[in-house]
Amino acid sequence: MNLPVLKAADFASDQDIRWCPGCGDYSILAQMKKVLPELGIARENTVFVSGIGCSSRFPYYMNTYGMHSIHGRAPTFATGLKSTRPDLSVWVITGDGDALSIGGNHFIHVLRRNLDINIVLFNNRIYGLTKGQYSPTSEEGQVTKSTPMGSIDHPLNPLSVAIAAEATFVARSLDAHVKHLADTLKRAAAHKGTSLVEVYQNCNVFNDGAMAYAQEKSQRLENTIELEHGKPLIFGTDRDKGIRQVGTQLEVVNLKDVAEDDLLFHDEKAMDPSLHFLLSRMRHPVMPEPIGVFRDVEGVATYDEQINGQVAAAKAKHGNGDLNALFNSGDTWEVAS
Amino acid sequence: MSVQPEGQLIADKEISEVDGITVRLAGDSGDGMQLLGTQLTNTSALLGNDVATFPDFPAEIRAPRGTRAGVSGFQVQFANSEIFTPGDTLDALVVMNPAAMVTNIADLRRGGLLIVNEDGFDAKSLKLAALTEDPVTEEIEDRYRVFKVPMTKLTRDAVKELGLGMKEADRCKNFFAMGLVYWLFGRSLEPTLRFIENKFGKKLPDVAAANEKSLRAGWAFGETTETFGITYRVAPAKLKPGTYKNMMGNQALAWGLLAAGKRSGKDVFYSGYPITPASDILHELSRYKHFGVRTFQAEDEISACCAAIGAAFGGAMAVTASSGPGIALKAEAMGLGFILELPLIVINVQRGGPSTGLPTKTEQSDLLQAMFNRNGESPLPVIAAQSPGDCFDAAQEAWRIAVKFMTPVILLSDGYIANGSEPWKVPDANQMEPIVVTHPPDAAEGDAPFMPYARNENLARPWAIPGTAGLMHRVGGLEKADGSGAVSYDPDNHQLMTDKRAAKIEGIANDIPLQEVFGEESGDVLVISWGGTYGSCHTAIDRCQREGLSVSHAHIRYMNPMPRNLGDLMRSFRKVLVPELNSGQLRMLLRAKYLVDCIGFNKVKGKPFSVTELMDQIHSIAEKPNLNGKQVD
Ligand SMILES: Cc1ncc(C[n+]2csc(CCOP(=O)(O)OP(=O)(O)O)c2C)c(N)n1
Ligand code: SF4
Repeated sequence: MNLPVLKAADFASDQDIRWCPGCGDYSILAQMKKVLPELGIARENTVFVSGIGCSSRFPYYMNTYGMHSIHGRAPTFATGLKSTRPDLSVWVITGDGDALSIGGNHFIHVLRRNLDINIVLFNNRIYGLTKGQYSPTSEEGQVTKSTPMGSIDHPLNPLSVAIAAEATFVARSLDAHVKHLADTLKRAAAHKGTSLVEVYQNCNVFNDGAMAYAQEKSQRLENTIELEHGKPLIFGTDRDKGIRQVGTQLEVVNLKDVAEDDLLFHDEKAMDPSLHFLLSRMRHPVMPEPIGVFRDVEGVATYDEQINGQVAAAKAKHGNGDLNALFNSGDTWEVAS
Repeated sequence: MSVQPEGQLIADKEISEVDGITVRLAGDSGDGMQLLGTQLTNTSALLGNDVATFPDFPAEIRAPRGTRAGVSGFQVQFANSEIFTPGDTLDALVVMNPAAMVTNIADLRRGGLLIVNEDGFDAKSLKLAALTEDPVTEEIEDRYRVFKVPMTKLTRDAVKELGLGMKEADRCKNFFAMGLVYWLFGRSLEPTLRFIENKFGKKLPDVAAANEKSLRAGWAFGETTETFGITYRVAPAKLKPGTYKNMMGNQALAWGLLAAGKRSGKDVFYSGYPITPASDILHELSRYKHFGVRTFQAEDEISACCAAIGAAFGGAMAVTASSGPGIALKAEAMGLGFILELPLIVINVQRGGPSTGLPTKTEQSDLLQAMFNRNGESPLPVIAAQSPGDCFDAAQEAWRIAVKFMTPVILLSDGYIANGSEPWKVPDANQMEPIVVTHPPDAAEGDAPFMPYARNENLARPWAIPGTAGLMHRVGGLEKADGSGAVSYDPDNHQLMTDKRAAKIEGIANDIPLQEVFGEESGDVLVISWGGTYGSCHTAIDRCQREGLSVSHAHIRYMNPMPRNLGDLMRSFRKVLVPELNSGQLRMLLRAKYLVDCIGFNKVKGKPFSVTELMDQIHSIAEKPNLNGKQVD
């Protein structure tokens, strides 16, 4: 088919964008608009489904089909939609509160079912829309409106949860690192199965700089580590440090002391999620935080494929359902006039 | 002696022709009473009787054996004329143990048959039933016609040659009881033999053989012993000509959904989370994938409802079902469905509440939940099925309204309807009218911008689905500007949209039939009922009318909006009586809406109304008729 060549601007809806000036959401929106034309999917075949939160206003700003649904439930709407319309490209937009707090249950289930959709989780480690309460990803001890003495909740790591649920595609990127973000979104789109991209997103109003250690160009090279399939895990401004596996632990080593070949090599295709899980446990400030694709495993059947496959198989076996045959099946009796 | 499955009689036993018989089979919840009851029902239906059933079982899968809490019962009435209830009092009661006897005996009419599994009445069973002595007392023997049958022993004898273990052998005693009951009421063994063959024949030939032998032994026992001097016969009912099938409510509901899908050219997407008594709809539909049905067992009811809305957005016929507690969880999503203005069916198979309440018992106490359990101004159409077979029609009507008006529709059923059964006249699918569904087509170059919230003559907005070029739009819970659907916080727009949505739902009243009345359109007493109480109310009112009372019956299917003539109808009677299996929910709505006082007759015992208690109630408020100058009382 000859699709017209679309530009980022073609994906912009006519709605005014209402995020705070300086919000990281703008950057994610911009990268999405840039990536979508490159996927070659018609706008009318693309659907954005979101929950509730600042981030979840996203669908209104896209000139595609969209549904701004209810808090935490976006994956479930996407499940009904994609199960009946496997022809559509479905994106779920969610926040850390939306996906992990109220929507924690659905988050796990959509991942384990491996529905062929893309989830973009905007993680600003705060509740933006409700004006600054701590979220499930907020640091312990964080002082917010609802935690004046500091948060006593242990934070939840969305990627650990996702990997534990054996998600088939798991990645992390940063709103400020636009090229990385665009590439990661593209990789997510290319994956068959549920893809989860956690994006560190700055909420400059309620949690400004919470991820500055990863976002600021000057600090990024020291505090993050870019994952590349088949490559050893090396980081640092001078690329002088690496990650080594010792038993069931990962540790930071200096390349002066350890040969590259003795470092951990990243295998995003490993079916066994154990190493991916270990990577997800690397947290600043003890460890550099991995960005990029943790896991991209292929060949796992998707939910939509299977639900539609069963319908097709049933039709092949029993023919297209016939109401009269159904009505007259089993024991019947006649009453004569 | 050979067994004559068709019930040839030997000369020394009297045959009594009766109009109808009500039997209850009761035993431990592991005794297979539900199976027995279902078989008796199917067989009776196949003989051409009208049938109505009332299964009644404990909430626990295996309640403590032999205790009163563990008693499982199944009641069936079969009759030679049209009936609407499983009967008030029992003509026959079969009990497998003392607990079953003491919990059911009160419903047996004086002189009724009490058939007792003698072997089930040992010291241990008495203790389990919290009894100090045998409940089959002299007084009981005086009051009823008691037959003690050593069913366990006779079953063991019957299957002895198969070399089964004691436990396996004892498990067949329900088939022995069945054989005896079949003999007593002249039921054919044929359908049950076929059932045994289909269910066990290939996989478990031993079990099949044992069950068959027990069944035949039960029959032979009735025929050969001197115990029973009489058997009963019920002639076929004079139902409307046609092909019939025995249908349970949940099955009829599932089939109605299939029919609605076919009539509208839509694949059904059905999502649910297991809950009694709604689960069977999911079980049933998941068998019909070749009809294009996609069933989704969600992680919870919220997910089930949301997934259905997602499917509706994509253009599918979306349905979700649950019972009260699950409907509570769906409430937020139902509100979203309402403001998105997408078609959706939400089924509530009500049970005893609140909360988990009485999960296996029936109640009608979710009417106000259906009406009001959403935030904001969000009226939804509500319709209620009235009997097992009626679920088939109600499901299709729900979908017709949902697509015509672009709105979620709530369909109420209840445990009594869902698990009850009745003969169902098999329709001809070729005669079913289409349910028209339209989706706007691709927009062409130069077309005016698409207005997702423009409205047609029914005030319904267009159902534009993803994949349609040029109609890209966004829906969501934030208020939408009239027409364009852009997010709008404009106060006047919110008022306008609230009014328009309400007017749309209210307008459905012009699309539904006027309220029908059984009896005169004016008079002394109008009984207004809804849902699963139809059968007992209809029967009670029919009998009262025959007695000469001026009483009419309006059974409401459309709970919201209500039929246009309902208010006038209520004002045409001296008194309005509203019987409900709740504390007065419909009564409250009627009073609020029509400012007509209504008398409530309410019961929340997890049990349906009996015809007698309804008649008593009508008698207590009706003016006594004057027949030929003679007062009837
Ligand atoms: C059922 C329900 N509960 C609570 C809310 C209020 N609420 C809206 S957004 C939100 C949290 C949003 O946080 P997050 O998902 O992190 O998104 P952000 O605004 O930070 O992008 C909450 C609690 C709601 N809309 N619905
Ligand atoms: S509150 Fe925070 S997350 Fe929300 S729009 Fe403003 S900056 Fe962005």
